[in-house]
Amino acid sequence: MSWIQDINNPKQRLWEDFYRNRWQYDKVVRSTHGVNCTGGCSWQVFVKNGIITWEMQALDYPDFEKQIPPYEPRGCQRGISFSWYIYSPIRVKYPYIRGVLLDEWRTAKQRDSDPVKAWKSLVENKGIRTEYQQARGKGGFRRSTWDEALEIVSASMLYTAKKYGPDRVAGFSPIPAMSYLSYGGGSRLLQLFGGVNLSFYDWYSDLPPASPEIWGEQTDVQESADWYHAKYIVSMGANLNMTRTPDVHFISEARYQGAKFTVLSPDFSQVAKYADWWIPVNAGQDGAFWMAVNHVILKEFYIERQVPSFTDYVTKFTDSPFLVVLNKKGNNYEAGPFLRAKSVARYSNIENGDWRFLIFDKKSKNPRMPKGAVGDRWAKQPGKWNLELKDGVDNSDLDPLLSFIDDKDDVAQVEFTDFDALTVFKRGVPVKYVETSQGKVATTTVFDLLVARFGLSRGLPGDYPSAYEDTSTYTPAWQEKLTGISADTVVKFAREFAGTAEKTGGKCTITIGAGINHWYHNNLIYRAAISALMLTGCIGKNGGGLAHYVGQEKLAAVAPWSSIAFATDWVAPPRLQNAPSFYYMHTDQWRYEGPFTNYQRQPGANALASGHTADMQARAVRLGWLPFYPQFDKNSFELVEEAKKAGAKTDEELVNYTVNQLKERKLKFAVEDPDAPECWPRMWLIWRGNALMSSAKGHEYFLKHFLGTHTNINADEVAKDTVNDVTWHDQSPRGKLDLMVDINFRMDTTALYSDIVLPTAVWYEKDDLNSTDLHTFIHPLSEAVPPAWEAKSDWDIFKAIASKISEMAPGYFDQPVKEIVAIPLQHDTIDEIAQPEVKDWTKGECNPIPGKTMPHLRVVERDYVNLYKRFISFGPMARQNGIGAHGIRWGIRDDYDELVRSSPTQEWNGAKYPSLEEPQQAANVILNLAPETNGDVAYRAYEEEEHKVGLPLKDLAESGRGVKHSFADLQAQPARLLNSPCWSGIINNGRTYSPFCINTERLVPWRTLTGRQQFYHDHQVYLAFGENLPAYKPNPNPTVFGDFVKSKPDDKSIMLNYLTPHGKWHIHSTYFDNELMLTLSRGLEPFWMSEEDARKIDVKDNDWVEIYNDHGVVVTRAVISARIPKGTCMLYHSPERTISVPKSPLRGNRRAGGHNSLTRVRLKPVLMAGGYAQFTYAFNYWGPTGVNRDTYILVRKLEGKPVW
Amino acid sequence: MDVRAQLSTVFHLDKCIGCHTCSLACKNLWTSRDGTEYMWWNNVETKPGTGYPTQWEDQAKYRGGWELHGKSLKPRLGHRLGILTNLFFNPYLPTLDEYYEPWTYKYDLLFNAPLGDDQPTARPVSKITGSYMDVEAGPNWDDDLSGSSVYGRNDPDLSSLSEAEQQALFKLEQMVFFYIPRICNHCLNPACVAVCPSGAIYKRAEDGVVLISQEKCRGWRFCVSGCPYKKSYYNYKAGKSEKCILCYPRVETGQAPACFHSCVGRIRYIGVLLYDADRIEEVAKTPEHGLVEAQRSLILDPKDPAVISAAKKNGIADDMILAAQKSPVYQFVKVWNLALPLHSEFRTLPMLYYVPPLLPVLATVKDGNYNLAESDFFGTIDNMRVPVKYMARLFSAGNEEIIKGVLKKLLAVRVHQQANSAGLISQQKAQAMLQEAGCTAAEAEDIARMTSLPRYGDRFVLPPYHREVSIEVETEPIKQKGKAGFGVSRSPQRGL
Repeated sequence: MSWIQDINNPKQRLWEDFYRNRWQYDKVVRSTHGVNCTGGCSWQVFVKNGIITWEMQALDYPDFEKQIPPYEPRGCQRGISFSWYIYSPIRVKYPYIRGVLLDEWRTAKQRDSDPVKAWKSLVENKGIRTEYQQARGKGGFRRSTWDEALEIVSASMLYTAKKYGPDRVAGFSPIPAMSYLSYGGGSRLLQLFGGVNLSFYDWYSDLPPASPEIWGEQTDVQESADWYHAKYIVSMGANLNMTRTPDVHFISEARYQGAKFTVLSPDFSQVAKYADWWIPVNAGQDGAFWMAVNHVILKEFYIERQVPSFTDYVTKFTDSPFLVVLNKKGNNYEAGPFLRAKSVARYSNIENGDWRFLIFDKKSKNPRMPKGAVGDRWAKQPGKWNLELKDGVDNSDLDPLLSFIDDKDDVAQVEFTDFDALTVFKRGVPVKYVETSQGKVATTTVFDLLVARFGLSRGLPGDYPSAYEDTSTYTPAWQEKLTGISADTVVKFAREFAGTAEKTGGKCTITIGAGINHWYHNNLIYRAAISALMLTGCIGKNGGGLAHYVGQEKLAAVAPWSSIAFATDWVAPPRLQNAPSFYYMHTDQWRYEGPFTNYQRQPGANALASGHTADMQARAVRLGWLPFYPQFDKNSFELVEEAKKAGAKTDEELVNYTVNQLKERKLKFAVEDPDAPECWPRMWLIWRGNALMSSAKGHEYFLKHFLGTHTNINADEVAKDTVNDVTWHDQSPRGKLDLMVDINFRMDTTALYSDIVLPTAVWYEKDDLNSTDLHTFIHPLSEAVPPAWEAKSDWDIFKAIASKISEMAPGYFDQPVKEIVAIPLQHDTIDEIAQPEVKDWTKGECNPIPGKTMPHLRVVERDYVNLYKRFISFGPMARQNGIGAHGIRWGIRDDYDELVRSSPTQEWNGAKYPSLEEPQQAANVILNLAPETNGDVAYRAYEEEEHKVGLPLKDLAESGRGVKHSFADLQAQPARLLNSPCWSGIINNGRTYSPFCINTERLVPWRTLTGRQQFYHDHQVYLAFGENLPAYKPNPNPTVFGDFVKSKPDDKSIMLNYLTPHGKWHIHSTYFDNELMLTLSRGLEPFWMSEEDARKIDVKDNDWVEIYNDHGVVVTRAVISARIPKGTCMLYHSPERTISVPKSPLRGNRRAGGHNSLTRVRLKPVLMAGGYAQFTYAFNYWGPTGVNRDTYILVRKLEGKPVW
Repeated sequence: MDVRAQLSTVFHLDKCIGCHTCSLACKNLWTSRDGTEYMWWNNVETKPGTGYPTQWEDQAKYRGGWELHGKSLKPRLGHRLGILTNLFFNPYLPTLDEYYEPWTYKYDLLFNAPLGDDQPTARPVSKITGSYMDVEAGPNWDDDLSGSSVYGRNDPDLSSLSEAEQQALFKLEQMVFFYIPRICNHCLNPACVAVCPSGAIYKRAEDGVVLISQEKCRGWRFCVSGCPYKKSYYNYKAGKSEKCILCYPRVETGQAPACFHSCVGRIRYIGVLLYDADRIEEVAKTPEHGLVEAQRSLILDPKDPAVISAAKKNGIADDMILAAQKSPVYQFVKVWNLALPLHSEFRTLPMLYYVPPLLPVLATVKDGNYNLAESDFFGTIDNMRVPVKYMARLFSAGNEEIIKGVLKKLLAVRVHQQANSAGLISQQKAQAMLQEAGCTAAEAEDIARMTSLPRYGDRFVLPPYHREVSIEVETEPIKQKGKAGFGVSRSPQRGL
């Protein structure tokens, strides 16, 4: 090959500088991507000639112990394409206002130079209001100035507060963990103002309600490196390649350490490629699979053979041994509440005796009360809230009897429901009788109920299956017809899964995601899988447990952050609204459905579990279970004035007046009449998110009722005669919102439909903090270049609004002014023991007592004149009350005073406060006060927790004492978090984070009713819905679900289950419109369908299709793929209406919609239960979720060419 | 023995997640200029699939690589002298449609649209013509089996499978896909160099990186045809061809190439191989069945004193030899025999090696239900989803034994680790499997460690480049220190 010359001579190679010159830059700055992505990847941003040219992953995460793969590099295809946005043609460079509104505003200002009056004259003119509402989304933007835009926004806020009350101003921004302060700026403004923060985690249906149900925890999961310890990994409904791109390597690496990897997914998904076993469970049927797995585990690992590590685990760490009362029902029994400690003589006088529970002690042969229940948590005398198996009175050792099978007084026939067959059957359960204050009652253990529920007879009579081949609940053969998976496969799977747990001490991990969590009955599917983990002792172990990753991003430094973000350093409580309830009611989606029992059928009617979801919602609000804003049909400022006029002077009297008004029904909760104009939200402020498209289930209903612009709905309003507690208006409102403001760096769908678009800094243009649950580091966003063109950082934008409000307040709110804030019963407070029984004060079943039988009513004081000064000052209430999270609170006086001494301050009205003016200052306050970043604070916080728990804990903080990170430190290198009692893992010495290790290793209770992981839920609403025990419930049938009342299948179309999993080329809609991502995909968001279904309607790859149901329509191109199973289809979450969307011939040649045009939200009422232990409200922690996966669609080939 | 050093690479496909981060790291740095938009020096393909440009592997169509004519090896396209007569006519170039027409969108409409009665949307427009266009192809069009009926089913590599085997690949119980990221292979016998009429393409002596001189290139585009991997691209604005440069500006400064740095699946390794250049022609002519073995034999043991001495005689520096000794690529390719060249039958002796993927276990359908109950804990290589025959078409010029050997070893490593750490598979069985794979326990542990635990410095072992030595040929390094970077930026002159 003599002709192939290697060239050595550098003189011939001088041209090589051509490429070398490209690889040159002026500076490198550390930043990351600040919204909605769980990656939490640290990036290097390269700046050349003042322009950001590219980004590369940072590699300098501090290392773990060497036997764990490192985190480098972290960062995916989406993140590395981000720099495209900065100078792209979709960048919002200036403030924009829709011309129709802008012209009217300028005219109004000419009429009256006072901005608030100008706004009033504009917005109270129905013609003008309708005109600009109908123009929403239809072009006509005009460039404006910051001064003008800020004036309109502030005028609208002040007008709204004055006219309707501040809780008519609602703001939405997604998950704060990715940019603490960018979120916190907006929420701080809203809460100082008295506005409403809308939740995201539950609305996205990312919250797994099973987590609060079982663990009393919003979500707590292992960092991805912990997967490496696992020896059996199951992935279900989670496409790790797609959504955990920087983490999925730990799976392949665990495989080379001997782990088996099994994927449950209906399609041959990207992660299935990684698997040893791919099990294509039919879409949404994973629960059936796991119910049968539990059947096998109980039979082979508990009944035929006992595994001591398993029985020991469930006895210590779950509610399995606790006694449940069996209530007589005809000739049979049904499972009832836990037996209360106070009902037996030994504990009859004990404090919180309704909230402490009993096991049957083997030694004393009596019901005995171990420590650790919620009653111990909120006892006056602390120190007994722990998981030691000791008597709560005399501290004697207890040895709980797990099952009565070998030591029973009787066998009771207990009724169980098969929700699939809609039949009730009875099964024998071993019973012991207990003498109680109500006489002798039959009791059994939770474990015995579980065994019966799962169908293992143990020789007892009843409707039990005889073998695995029997097809009654819940055998391997039973699940075949639902899942399409052979019974043999389930049995083998269960043996390997439990076998691994047995041999490794619980190293089985289930990664789970939106593919499960977005189903209507997601909590039951989760409970089925978590049951298997609990039965095999896998939770609270490194390498074991439930790894739920759906939008869950851990804001590690939560305690000081919450104080700043929700402005509780100045005024409390904040107004924190669960968004699903808010949107369901306010976008009038409730009007389009009848009783939920139409699609969630169950045998036997029960007042607690029937009716219309809107009525359930209203009940949840008036009983203090869930929040709802606006709170009343009256301005809360006016309410206070009215009370004063009626003679109320003290705060208590103001509250009493309000209670009486409510009791007499002179004052109503707004939720009871959501369509009355005085109950509408008036202003919607959106930042960091795409509220109108990505997450807006029932998007078309938003357009119609919330925005008042055009819509592609083809559905009737049907709720009229089916609601009782909620007022029906024959004419539904169009356009509730006076003003919609979007703060954005790109012109996405939400921006396109907003009245005002404000240009914000991108993530490489601002300083902020970032953390995630996928790793245990905290690191910064940094300003590599100043915000481009006229953009400002979110923090600065909200500061500017605050400043404008303060400037304009005189004349409207000259002085501090009082109002009343209603909030529901709160998780991690003594409210957890407020309602032992469900009683409705509006029905005379009890008295209305705020914070007990109804919402808390708190008097607060707003100071609009000083709103800006408050914004930029870390307020005195933090110093006074301390900070905390998850039920632990500690004092910060010393730290606060030190901040005043040594950090930048604000001084006004004679006092000095730590300054929050600049985001770095706010970041440093957070880093200074967080146990996760300041070792001495961690030590103090553990001391507090020791006090509650009564066991040593502060040694966990010993090794981190003296560690303290500043913002500049983080810019130099990401820092690993410290152990903190706000979280449940133990991570010192390079140990990977796995949740609940503090519970299994240090005997800190879970924040639940019994303090243990709960198999059983005895909330009356759960009993009524039959969800007291794990169960299988079928998905709602598409024909009764309400998607196809108007839209009917024909011979050109095919009906498919419509799945919207997370996609490869975007994080929700971010990056979707990025040219690079669109180039690597198909130039739009295509519609994936199977080869077989496509053949039936003659659709070829890349053909245009029209996808529709009663809710709306989507027009896009088809991708035909063998990897999609027939009967289902996918439209990856989340496309934008802004890119390549033609018009729809089916709906009058109007612009077709996005993925959420095909959805309407239905809330699952059981998840509204409240006032009871872990079933109490916290923001993004509890409430129904915005499920959407049970949706079906029709698809047909687009007729003719696409029309633009 | 003519010992030379080659910067070589391994992609561990069992770890590849198909994320394309690598592609974008490259794109951001090198091909976001006018004329380069459609180029993806690094791209990722789904298999089965037809790739980018579509059906690039079909050399009957594109005439890339070499072919044996009796005893002589000739570029399929014809030899340099022969093609000169055809300078203005090359029918084997991929057309723009076979790549794709780069596009963007009318984004500005979202800001500028006048008030109308409906919502504006940004339509796709061609980056070449500026007109509205229908997007019908892209650089990753058949990602994740999209359009399987058109693309996956027309994968040229399926031709070795029977019709029934091909059909089965698209059935639920047997379906599979996996990813192949591709960059320039920086071949030892590069056809692009052989066919370039301008003599613009060369291999760098110090590291074997293949470059197209942007001074000498006249844009004839024969390299585009000649490269059987279609990794040379024509810049239609500059009038010159360009290709992957293995990020030499980064490599020369001790940093892994951008696509390696950013590989978040952690599948990539880079290191030096020493090879015997005297034997290139002989090896390139080996019959297909023996090609992989022959190519391996070309690679020399960097610890062999004879090799070291011959290397030094050839002017290879001590620290380059040291780097070769520490090379993870040497371990994967030569010691463990796990990494294989892609389409060695193209006979360019590619220096990018792939560890073929393990894939999920085959299922059966019993009474309408999907069944895996017959499978072993991990499955065996006989019941994995992709036919060995198909894999052999890609990675061993059809030699199935080589593929089986690799897969057996990968599986044995996992079984050994499972038996040691969890015990659901017995030690006895693990030992038997190791023995069958010809692997010791120590080797299995080494493989496991290098697969799962490597840090940046373990995956990427770059030799020190003595840039001062190269620079001083032209200018004194002390002067370079003072003058580096001065000058006004200018675009390269158009070719031709």
